[in-house]
Amino acid sequence: MFRATLKSLLGRKLRLTLSGLAVVLGVMFVSGAFVLTDTLGRTFDAIFADAYEGVDVNVAAKPKIAMSEMEGEQAPPPFPASTVEKVRAVPGVAEATGVVAIDGARLIGSNGKAVASFGPPQLGENWTGETDLIQLREGRGAKAADEIVINKGLADAGKVKLGDRVGVLTPLEPKQQFTIVGIFGYSGGRDSIGGSNEIMFTTPVAQRLMLGEPDTFNSVSVKAADGVSPESLRDSVASAVGGGYDVKTGKQLSEEAAAGFKEALSFFNRILLGFAAVALLVGTFLILNTFSIIVAQRTRELALMRAIGASRRQMIGSVVLEAIAVGLIASVLGLGAGIGIGALLAWAFGNLAGGLTLAGLGIPASAVISAFAVGLVITVVAALLPALRASRIPPIAAMQDVATPDRPLTRITVTGGVVSAVGAVLLFLGLSGNAGGNTLVTILGGVLFAFIGVALLTPLISRPVVSLLGAIFAWSVPGKLGRLNSGRNPRRTAITAAALMVGIALVTGVTVILDSAKSSISGLAQDTIKAELVIAGVQSGPRPPTFDPAVLEKAAAIPGVQLVDGEYGDLAVVGGERTWVAASSDDAALRQIFGVQPTAGDIDRLGPNQMLVSTDTAEDRGLSVGSTVPVQLARGEPSTYTVTGIYGSSQLTNGVILPAEAARDFAIPQPIQGFIQLAPGIRVADVQPQVEALLADSPEVSVADRDAFIEQQAGQVDGLLTMIQILLALAIVIAVLGIVNTLALSVLERTRELGLLRAIGLRRAQTMRMITVEAVVISVFGALLGVVVGAGLGAAVVEALKDEGITDLVLPWTQIGVALGLAAIVGVVAAILPAARAARINVLGAIAHD
Amino acid sequence: MTATVGRQAQAAARANDVWKVYGSGEAQVVALRGVSAEFEQGRFTAIMGPSGSGKSTLMHCLAGLDSVTRGTVSIGDTTVTGLGDAGLTKLRRDKVGFIFQQFNLLPTLSAKENILLPLSIAGRKPDPAWYDIVIDTVGLRDRLDHRPAQLSGGQQQRVACARALVSRPEVIFADEPTGNLDSRAGAEVLNFLRNSVREHGQTIVMVTHDPTAAAYADRVVFLADGQIVSELIEPTADTVLDTMKKLDASAEVNG
Repeated sequence: MFRATLKSLLGRKLRLTLSGLAVVLGVMFVSGAFVLTDTLGRTFDAIFADAYEGVDVNVAAKPKIAMSEMEGEQAPPPFPASTVEKVRAVPGVAEATGVVAIDGARLIGSNGKAVASFGPPQLGENWTGETDLIQLREGRGAKAADEIVINKGLADAGKVKLGDRVGVLTPLEPKQQFTIVGIFGYSGGRDSIGGSNEIMFTTPVAQRLMLGEPDTFNSVSVKAADGVSPESLRDSVASAVGGGYDVKTGKQLSEEAAAGFKEALSFFNRILLGFAAVALLVGTFLILNTFSIIVAQRTRELALMRAIGASRRQMIGSVVLEAIAVGLIASVLGLGAGIGIGALLAWAFGNLAGGLTLAGLGIPASAVISAFAVGLVITVVAALLPALRASRIPPIAAMQDVATPDRPLTRITVTGGVVSAVGAVLLFLGLSGNAGGNTLVTILGGVLFAFIGVALLTPLISRPVVSLLGAIFAWSVPGKLGRLNSGRNPRRTAITAAALMVGIALVTGVTVILDSAKSSISGLAQDTIKAELVIAGVQSGPRPPTFDPAVLEKAAAIPGVQLVDGEYGDLAVVGGERTWVAASSDDAALRQIFGVQPTAGDIDRLGPNQMLVSTDTAEDRGLSVGSTVPVQLARGEPSTYTVTGIYGSSQLTNGVILPAEAARDFAIPQPIQGFIQLAPGIRVADVQPQVEALLADSPEVSVADRDAFIEQQAGQVDGLLTMIQILLALAIVIAVLGIVNTLALSVLERTRELGLLRAIGLRRAQTMRMITVEAVVISVFGALLGVVVGAGLGAAVVEALKDEGITDLVLPWTQIGVALGLAAIVGVVAAILPAARAARINVLGAIAHD
Repeated sequence: MTATVGRQAQAAARANDVWKVYGSGEAQVVALRGVSAEFEQGRFTAIMGPSGSGKSTLMHCLAGLDSVTRGTVSIGDTTVTGLGDAGLTKLRRDKVGFIFQQFNLLPTLSAKENILLPLSIAGRKPDPAWYDIVIDTVGLRDRLDHRPAQLSGGQQQRVACARALVSRPEVIFADEPTGNLDSRAGAEVLNFLRNSVREHGQTIVMVTHDPTAAAYADRVVFLADGQIVSELIEPTADTVLDTMKKLDASAEVNG
């Protein structure tokens, strides 16, 4: 039995290759994700270990607002220099250095633009001399107030050299000029650590620019005396400095930093796994179809086996064995491809992050285990149904002409209806927020069930739809034959089309949601923002671009400008909860520029320690005018604010608005966006160049008219959309393989028929046209299903998000048209090989074919 | 020996010193050894011979389904030998009809559509009068909308016959047309073929190993070891059987 199975397996290399390819692609994604996260994880372990190399113990004040890796760089608050003295006095301390190190120091490169970071920090620090880690390559340390030392990687990125006079943007101060007096590298000849950029000032300048308070530091780096363990030193330092400080060993810090980073990585990992799941779902359809066709084709052979005494169990075994073999081979190939892809992505990531030195490529056990588990399980599960069918072939079929009667579709339709209904219920529960905490799981489950349900209903739908679609091609005889062929085996057509449906439905659904969101938000912005000019930049890393607050005053002085507002934002702890808060430089802006209306109290003036909240926030937290709320900002002591006004919630404003004074204690006390309202009759084109001139020292932002600004903000969605579409394209590629596979098998199955058609005068070109029409009908049918299901799912989500402000339902007609057009092309492409094969059929051989 | 009977009629198909060799070296098999034959217009010719005698090969070569190693084959005034795929397709489309042992109907098409398929492929309209005659002769008028799966074997083969007849080809090649039928259905099909020759002047070349079937023909050509060894005019089942027996005996003696 085993031998027979292997023989038949080897006899059908091509079709198994095609179906195996789907598993290979899915497994590749899964194992690639694990390899990537493992490699990057170890890379960052090494980076953070290096960064804290030579630090035995580190002292930092407890942060006022805890930030996660996804929200931005943690900035430990400053503490007085006396703490350094206290630490130095602790027995066992060999060396204690006060350190200033805060993210947000941006060098303006030789092209006049700020050197951007796509994630790694841009640290502004104090120069404390060379260490084991930091070694000067050229020049010397910073001695005068206008001198800086930068790392080699930054010098290369900004194309600046020793002795250059350069501008530096810092979180607390606008652009200032410095001379580069030194360029340093790191031990091991590295130019940067993990792509981060470092600018080192003299200590007083660093304290002023980065911490905002003279004679303070934000950490103390401690070296232990010989024979003192970091752990015991940590404990003695901790008791010396008292509470309010985090005292940790260098090892602890590097582990924590790496752990924080890995959390962000695991998010990335989950996204990749999500796409792998889609690829595998589509692959399952493909494998199911292949095995079904193989079983149908081998009916005679299988019946003969039964007739000569094989048991039903052996029949199932033989099909499952075949599946295991395919799964194993596909898993091995997928794992190999996954390792390649993982390495490639890690390399790309390393380059993007500014020349990461990658740790050696690692193949974690998780990658290997998941590759084989996924590859084998998917293949075997998909082959189970065909295996059962094989076992039900009666021995008598060996003696009869192979007859595959049309099995009634009742059962499959009822099952499909039930599964679809379950999917709909799950979707409804998930989207209406009744899933009890498992919203995402419920929604995903609903989508999965909906897909399977629709796939099961597809055979029933396929008859009318396919004949309708086929009517387009019925003008020629080959066209008509192709149409009839595609309607011939509704199940086969259905599964093939369903595989394409999944990818197209997801793309369509995501597009519907994102386009609707985009349209709703830009519609709202169009309707409400009453500013002719907007100052803003495009955010590339965790830190938003900022500009000099002085620009606001200067802009207000331009003739014809009626109102200028600078917007600040930060994460703060408001009433014990971490909350995004905003502050406006002009109190009148809220009403005049953002069109926000008061519902209680006064929203036009905001004194110190007064705050405004939106109706939603007020309701959530039980606040009313006169309520007092404790607020902790990124800097400064906690203080109490009084609610003096409540305004109608708007998508464009945060839920909590603080007075302009509070922005000084924000982590970024510089405006992120500026809105300029012109007096009636003033032309935008007259004012815009003047504002532009003011921004010469703020290279991260630019001024745009309102429409361009809205376009730019809404356009940020497009990048995300493109990325999702590229990843989902994989699912579509697999589906195309499915069409090729189905057609190739159909051609094989109909060899005799094709021979006959050729014998009675069908030309080669006509034969090819016939196969092509069949492929096009199947793929357009799949795309049509996908578009309908996707638009339905997208519309359901948009409906559920109505309260979140997504009020417009936008159906991407162009994209739907493109999808259908592409499907037709896909059909033509998928038909090339099978059609060529059909056209090459030897007429005599085909007729004699048994 | 060359079969030359019936010189008064023009040849619808002609084989001239046809050789067919499969394989090469040790594995070489010579299927036809210099066969020359003419198949006259308006006659029903049967080709008989024991298995392996080359009778099917001869028919395939005549019909342009297989190429010849040496010699020439022509249908009407068209030389088949040397035609490319396009030429062969056109030949099959316009001049040749086929009837197979396995019926070979398209399961997706109705009986009527199957019958008209060669014409639709060629983009021609059927001659309505002739179409009616064919349908009535095969007696399938009430079955025209049925799918092949809904027809009996005999009915399917009659559909296949009608399909071959409806385009009025110069010659119809039938390969064991009754091989898959019971004797009654077989007799129906053979009667029908003979009538189409007698009443409508159709030319038919049929390969068979069944003496009863061969007896329906006007002439029987016997093949053995790739050569024409004998022929009978106006055969009966008994004369055919006798000839076959003789051939078998001589084959045994020779072998």
